[in-house]
This record gives sequence, C-alpha cells and structure tokens, in this order.
Amino acid sequence: MATRAVAIEDVKKGEVTEAVYEHPFVVRLCHWVNAVSLFVMAGSGLQIFRAFPSFGAKIPQKDLLNWPKAFALGGWLGGALQWHLTFMWIYIASGLLYVGYQICSGNYKQVLFVRRDIPGVWPMVRHYFFFGPKPPAKEAYNPLQKHAYTSAIGLGVLSVLTGLAIWKPVQFSWLAWMMGGFHWARLWHFLIMWALLAFVFGHLVMVALHGWSNFVSMLTGWKKDPEYPSE
Amino acid sequence: MNSRTDSRRFRTMSRRELLKLTPVLALGAFAIPKLREPMLKSGLAFSDWASARLFRSSHLAPTFADSDLSPFDKFPINGYDVDDPGVDFDKWTLTVTGEVQKPGDYTLAQIQVLPKFTQNTRHVCVEGWDVIGQFSGARLSDFLQMIGADPTARVVNVECADDYYESLDMATAMHPQSLLCYEMYGRPLTPEHGAPLRLSIPTKIGYKQAKYLTDLKVSHVLQRVGYWEDQGYSEFYGL
Repeated sequence: MATRAVAIEDVKKGEVTEAVYEHPFVVRLCHWVNAVSLFVMAGSGLQIFRAFPSFGAKIPQKDLLNWPKAFALGGWLGGALQWHLTFMWIYIASGLLYVGYQICSGNYKQVLFVRRDIPGVWPMVRHYFFFGPKPPAKEAYNPLQKHAYTSAIGLGVLSVLTGLAIWKPVQFSWLAWMMGGFHWARLWHFLIMWALLAFVFGHLVMVALHGWSNFVSMLTGWKKDPEYPSE
Repeated sequence: MNSRTDSRRFRTMSRRELLKLTPVLALGAFAIPKLREPMLKSGLAFSDWASARLFRSSHLAPTFADSDLSPFDKFPINGYDVDDPGVDFDKWTLTVTGEVQKPGDYTLAQIQVLPKFTQNTRHVCVEGWDVIGQFSGARLSDFLQMIGADPTARVVNVECADDYYESLDMATAMHPQSLLCYEMYGRPLTPEHGAPLRLSIPTKIGYKQAKYLTDLKVSHVLQRVGYWEDQGYSEFYGL
C-alpha cells in the first residue's frame, strides 16, 4: 500500500531525512483511548474478581488467586463495577471505530495478518527470541507484528463477547452456551484479559527497544527514518 | 511519490498532528474525584438504560434438569443483615399498597391459591458466583392481576422483615419466570432463605431477589430503588 512520505531537508546541516505517515489520525486516537480503557477494564476487572477469586463453587470456596488491592481499580466491588460498566462503552466504541476505519480506509492492509505473512513469522521469532539474523524490513509491519496486532484485535472482540455473556447470560444465553456455559464464559473472560495483558507487555518491551522515533509515530503519525523503503 | 519539505515545516506539521489528539486528554477527567463520581454514575445509568432496552419478556432464563441442581446445603446464604429476622409466621401477611384495585393484607394461603410453578434456574450473585437452585411459587404476574395492579404502573417495590428493600421494573415483574417464591427444593422456605416469601427472578442479579417480603407496592414512579443500589450498585441489573 502506498504510504504518504516526505523527504525533509535540513538546510543548516544539509541533510535529507525520510519520513512516512504511518498512523492515520483515527488509528492514533483509537490507540490511546483503547490504552486508557484497557487499563481501566483490567484494573476494575481484577477488583471485581477479588469479590469471588475462584471459578468453582461458592461452598466450599477455593480461592485461586489473592490479587492485591493496590493493583486493582475501584476500591470495592460496587465501585469497580461502575468503572467497568462505564469504560466498557468507551472500550467498545474505540474498537468499533478502529475496525470500521481500518476497513473503510483500506489502511488495514498494512497491519492485517494474511496467509502470505505466514512464512515470515518464524524468521522474526528466531531473530527476537533465539538471536537469529534480522530479516530485512519490507513494510511498516513485519509478519510477527501483523500476527500480534491482528491477534490483539481478535482478543479484543472475544473480551467483549465473553463479557456480554457473563453480564447478560439470559438475554444472550446463546452466547454463554457457545462458550460452554456461564461458568466457562467467566473463565474465558478472565483468561482473555491475561492474554491481552501479555500482549501489552510484549508491545511495551518492543516500543522500548525500537526507540523514540517509533514511539513518536503513534503521537504525530509521522515516522522519521523508517527501516523500510517508503515506496 | 516523495514530496520535499524543510525541517521547520515538518515540525509544524507534526505538532498539528499531535494536537489533534488532545480530545484523549478528556479521559483525564476521570482522575479528578469531583468529576469522576458523576461520570461513573452516568456510565452506570447508561448501562442500566441499555439493559432495560435489551430486556425481552420472551427471553426465558435457561432452565436445568434436577440432576444439575446444586445441593440445597451448598446454596449460599447472603443476608445483608441477619440470617433470620425472626418473622412471626402465624401473623405474617404481605401488605399490598399503591396503584392496585384491591390493597390490603394477603396471607400466604391466599398467594398459594394461585397456580404453582416450579423451576430450576441459575441464581447469579453480583460477586461472581452462581448456583442452580429449585424454586417454586406463584407467578408475580398472576399475583399482580389478582390484586388488580394498574397495568400502566412502572414499578413494583418490596420491603422486607430485615428492613431490606428492592424494586422491579414492571416488564421484569410481568416476566413468566418471576415468582413470589415460597418453596425451595420442594420444601417451604427456611428462615435463612427468606421464609415465608421471597422473590425468585431468574432474569435478575441476586440482590434484586429480596427475601422475607412484608410489603409490596405498585407505583408509577421509582422512588426507593433498593438497598444495594443506594450503595452504588446497578439499578436494573438484568441478566
């Protein structure tokens, strides 16, 4: 896909730098709104979990995990539910806007993981985790990145669907049924949160490794000195 | 096609793109306690509004086989105050007031004259646990018809022997699975499960299914929502 690119002339130094417009405004907006709402959803979700930290019977109750209150949001069950039931709308809205924009603008092509990306995944994994050689960058996103971002969107959709199933197990009884029943839906909702948090962790590590110009691109849209050819 | 620009123009362009993101800072309002409370209240109210819109009288709560029932002694008891408020069963009546043609005190026998329904349904607690129990009683809709409740009324309020109080929207009260429950697991209610009469509303969260009922009022306006709702929990909380 053709990306908007400029050559920046620094008259004083007499240098020319390339820059590409990598992240359109809607993508950046959704990214930051989603970052805040995901933080709130996970924090309040963990506080809600503290009210019954188990997936078994209430009697006798076997606690699975005593999550510290300091890493939870809302202070008490009712407060956490207020956060959760408020930010879920923001979370859903930013997700719908993002997916809708990506589809309508065609921008999804730079990030959606498709079949031809499959062969490129292993070389990237080998590079990141097993000190393999660095495969040449051809596009804004490498195959492993595409896989991660596409999976994250899938997890986001599942987080909403599992959440709906436990919030409305009667109105959406078919949804809870598809997930193996109310009990399983609650467990899936919990596991999907951890999967999303694992994604966020990996994402933050990569952001730290890739430096300032990469980070700034999610603020201004423009990435200076892209590793890949702009045309 | 690469266009050319100089570094100053690029900086201006980048700054403009950055400033476009300022609306995101509006979320920072949630960090200010004075603004947070009303915003979270409206978020919860919006969720309640959406819940009421999602509610369908024709959507029945799943029912289960007897083999799926949790044993009676594993059915948790969540009282907000005491497990046994000491109801005098001989003198007990349900006091009916409000927008009804036949207000007054109704005995348990008068309620038990109505057709009895038994259902195995899931009881979901706001804390996250759930249990499948067997509940029997009269349909609340049958009782509302018996007392001549105004069909245009919007709210059914109940008060309880332990000073607990709750409210139901009329659509939920009229749902075929909403019961005035006087039996669990085929036996009369025990004191800790709300004897002699409780609500069993499988389309609602647990705290809306009040126990030890003493008063029932039909009204056009929602005045007293409920004990937990007044602490900050959802008003509608339909499942």
